[in-house]
Amino acid sequence: MFNTNSNSAAALIPQINLPPVSLRRRLTDHAMTSVAALTVLVVLLPLFAIFTYLIYKGIGSINLAFLTQTPKPVGEPGGGMANAIVGSMVILSIASVLGVPLGIGAGIFLSEYGRNRSGDIVRFVSDVLNGVPSIVIGIVAYGLVVMRQKHFSALAGGVALAIMMIPTIARTTEQMLLLVPQATREAAYGLGVSRWRTTLSITLRTAASGVITGVMLAFARVAGETAPLLFTAFGNQFWNWKTDQPTAALSLQIFTYAISPFDEWHRQAWAGALVLIVLIVGAVAAVRLAVRHGTLSGA
Amino acid sequence: MGVGIAVEHLNAFYGKTQALFDVNIIVQANHATALIGPSGCGKSTFIRCLNRMHETIPEARVEGAVRIGDLSVYNGTSATQLRRRVGMVFQKPNPFPTMSIYDNVAAGLKLNGFRKRRQLDEVVEKSLNAAALWDEVKDNLHKKSGASLSGGQQQRLCIARALAVQPEVLLMDEPCSALDPISTGKIEELIFQLKEQYTIVIVTHNMQQAARVAEFTGFFLLGKMIEFDKTEKIFTKPSDKRTEDYITGRFG
Repeated sequence: MFNTNSNSAAALIPQINLPPVSLRRRLTDHAMTSVAALTVLVVLLPLFAIFTYLIYKGIGSINLAFLTQTPKPVGEPGGGMANAIVGSMVILSIASVLGVPLGIGAGIFLSEYGRNRSGDIVRFVSDVLNGVPSIVIGIVAYGLVVMRQKHFSALAGGVALAIMMIPTIARTTEQMLLLVPQATREAAYGLGVSRWRTTLSITLRTAASGVITGVMLAFARVAGETAPLLFTAFGNQFWNWKTDQPTAALSLQIFTYAISPFDEWHRQAWAGALVLIVLIVGAVAAVRLAVRHGTLSGA
Repeated sequence: MGVGIAVEHLNAFYGKTQALFDVNIIVQANHATALIGPSGCGKSTFIRCLNRMHETIPEARVEGAVRIGDLSVYNGTSATQLRRRVGMVFQKPNPFPTMSIYDNVAAGLKLNGFRKRRQLDEVVEKSLNAAALWDEVKDNLHKKSGASLSGGQQQRLCIARALAVQPEVLLMDEPCSALDPISTGKIEELIFQLKEQYTIVIVTHNMQQAARVAEFTGFFLLGKMIEFDKTEKIFTKPSDKRTEDYITGRFG
């Protein structure tokens, strides 16, 4: 017989006296917390080191001339990388205009319509494309654009970089869209909103910040690429405003200057690297800011 | 105004599994009809067949005929057109997380291409009023996101969102299951008022709730509609033994 007083239910659970937390466990706890903190430092240290070293080496050569003038011939002091800065922006714009919509579109297909064999194929191909060496992608763009146009161009450079952006953007977009709960899509369907409208205005918008992170990641990655530009954009010592002509790019200019035997050019290469990093960080920060302000406004 | 619903020989499937067996029912316009039954008996599947939400699940399909007013649901009507006239409130509140309160309510109209600001303002206010939420949110319509509200407020926001597209039928799939008694009371009161303008079909696990809000009640068991009658009759002298067992708590 159970006794029927109010403690009966609790009495069924045998009482256990847990031992006090031992010194060993407390020490382990502290040790593991320290290890975790240390790994953060180890990860951040190279980033910090690169930044400070770049600033240390590059800041001295950044001046108005560097930002506004084209390179001077060998032996003449001064000159700058203005044409390369603008060229990089042009090439990256072309790459983004081509790569971002295609990448996001592919991501939408994979997450919303790709739970089948054709989706698996696209996923596999995109992962393989992600692993193709960038110089090979340069050769592809050379074959696709340069051979046809018969000369190097910003367009060819942009195409090469766009091809590199697409798989990264597609896979991150897919992952971010999959995180949007099915209930959110159903809420829109329930209001009589069509499937494509739901995908664009609800699903994609709900996942926007994640999708944009993926885009910026892809952008930052290709912004520093040199190899795919070697025989597509090719580089240029002078101003060029036409997208079908050889175009200078910061990464190419840095490469050319860094392997040169001249100290002045070495210094300029450091400055170019610093400008490139600042441009990338600036672009990413600007997009983030714009998104944060746009989040709660209008459907 | 609400319209009636007629369901004939409805069978629903998930792949090879049949979830509904030959369901027949007539829902009166401008009344509330409750569907009760143990978990997994097909109530939700049934209600999702009424606005063709069932078919959004991969490999799900439906046989049979459903008429809502003058619309033949499975014959010659597009799902999006239908759903503009048959609103739905889900079990878990699901406001659009990135949208403001205002945009949540206006979403159905905006996403269907309606953009006249002044009329939108009016619809949003009236819908929030109808859902008994206006006074609580009117100062933060644009500032706060729908996800920042409490659970009960979110569910009333979802009701307002459904009302804003001015449907004729409102389907409610266990709308109070995630809510506390006070919020539940508010929503039940709301159902009472909404009946004047809408036909309401509500799935509920709570038999007292069915008795309180609905004139008609259907009892589901293992994918079959066992009994469908006036609520009073179902709860006082049901004609089927299984109904009686369920409402007296002998199983389920």
